[in-house]
Amino acid sequence: MSRKVLLIEDEPNIAEAIRFLLTREGWQVETHAEGTDALQVIQGANPDLVILDVMLPGKSGMEILRDLRELEDMQGLPVLMLTARGQSRDREMAENAGVSRFMTKPFSNTEMLTAVRDLHAQATQS
Amino acid sequence: MRDTLTGSRIRERRQIAGLRQAELARQVGISASYLNLIEHNRRRIGGKLVVDIAAALMVEPSVLTQGIEATLISALREAAADAVGQEAELDGLEEFAGRFPGWAGVLAQMHRRVVSLERTVETLSDRLTHDPHLAASMHEVLSTAAAIRSTAAILADTHEIEPEWRDRFHSNLHQDAERLAESSKSLVTYLDESDSAGDHRGVPLEDVEAFFGTHGHHFPHIEQGGDEAEIDLSEMESTAARSLTRDFLGIYAADARAMPMEKLQAALADGPLDPLQLASQFSVDVATVLRRLAALPDGYLGRPTGLVVCDASGSILFSKPVPGFAMPRFGEACPLWPLFQALNRPLVPIRQRVVQLGRTAAVFDCYSYAWPQTISGYDQGPVYRSVMLVQSIEDVAQDQQAVARVGPSCRVCPHSDCTSRREPSILSEGF
Repeated sequence: MSRKVLLIEDEPNIAEAIRFLLTREGWQVETHAEGTDALQVIQGANPDLVILDVMLPGKSGMEILRDLRELEDMQGLPVLMLTARGQSRDREMAENAGVSRFMTKPFSNTEMLTAVRDLHAQATQS
Repeated sequence: MRDTLTGSRIRERRQIAGLRQAELARQVGISASYLNLIEHNRRRIGGKLVVDIAAALMVEPSVLTQGIEATLISALREAAADAVGQEAELDGLEEFAGRFPGWAGVLAQMHRRVVSLERTVETLSDRLTHDPHLAASMHEVLSTAAAIRSTAAILADTHEIEPEWRDRFHSNLHQDAERLAESSKSLVTYLDESDSAGDHRGVPLEDVEAFFGTHGHHFPHIEQGGDEAEIDLSEMESTAARSLTRDFLGIYAADARAMPMEKLQAALADGPLDPLQLASQFSVDVATVLRRLAALPDGYLGRPTGLVVCDASGSILFSKPVPGFAMPRFGEACPLWPLFQALNRPLVPIRQRVVQLGRTAAVFDCYSYAWPQTISGYDQGPVYRSVMLVQSIEDVAQDQQAVARVGPSCRVCPHSDCTSRREPSILSEGF
């Protein structure tokens, strides 16, 4: 059974590049570009990992993450957060919200792939 | 108390020189135990012994007797460490401070000032990043850069790539490059315009204020009875800005009809400025008078005059800047402004002299008044607006009027013990 990543990103070209990279790594990639219903989409998709942008239309990635961690069965789901704001307070806010890894745009493909591999490995081990 | 520390300084200098107590004691002809008492400030020391010890330690006697405050030495060390392209002689630091304590103090003070200003710049830059317009532009640029970086790396690093993927990525790259060029250009325009007066930032209200600023907040065409609709707004880019400007010009025209310029100037020539008396004379409300006074040609009232209008939420709807009185760009003004006090006492004219704390701490006379802007129906409360006329005062030395302390907005206000503070100030002390 292939590993599934849910990519929630409203920039289509970033989403496309990430989709390409992860597909090559053997991931099944589902994408979504809206914040408002992102929580329901995550619950419905039942992914192994979520890549979540912070600035999304309708609802911010930070809020989505907070709501997600409120759900009992979503506590351990690895969430990689992408943001153009890399200041320490944003990082701290993400950590408080329960992020697994925080990555600042523009990131390198290697960084992205390494983060995804690490997060998945950690989740599989635990 | 200074000389009581001479012993500590001797100890410090001895250790710097790498001498043992016994060695130094021997050189100056005293016992090691006596030197130990001196070094622990348990024996007073002076005269020839200080000169001898100073000579043995190869420092000026004043370095030991007058001392160089630890903070000064520490400040000088920091200044040396922060210096770029200039290496300071650290081993001569204390000698320098001892021989030229005044200059050393000046240098330390300058360095502290630089550090303080650098911190301020840093915090202001941080604040800038939270400017919603700048943040949005930066987000656009960084997101596009992220897309370009990933896509370009895929094309460069992937040896076997399906033609349809390759074509798609080429197209995406082209699209993102165009987008990056556009967003960078608008970001640069935004930053350039931040430095120029009378700029517009793409926010309708700012366009309106820029338009009024260009005309000096005075429209001779309307003053001469012309139709405000005939004023050319074609240079304004956004429809929203044009529409808002029409509204404000409509208010201006109504005010001008109620208080014709010629009659207003005649009334002002009759006596000192008294908005309440003018309201009575022209049978208008105080808000009309305040707006009208702000529309007088530049310099007519003899001192710079500004205006701020807000709604019941405290949002600034319109402003005419006056030098020295900071008006925040995105609302969040000081709640102590008479403008907001007037909202607590609608229809009561308020006159208050204020000093706006900050870099200049300038003093202003403020007149404010809140009036019901709309009454939407029976048994429904009115929605108020408030207006404040701000006049700068040049000479307050002879004046004994009470002066209320206000700020620009909490983040840039130095009033640390203000009970109305919403959030901490970003300004370091002494800014």
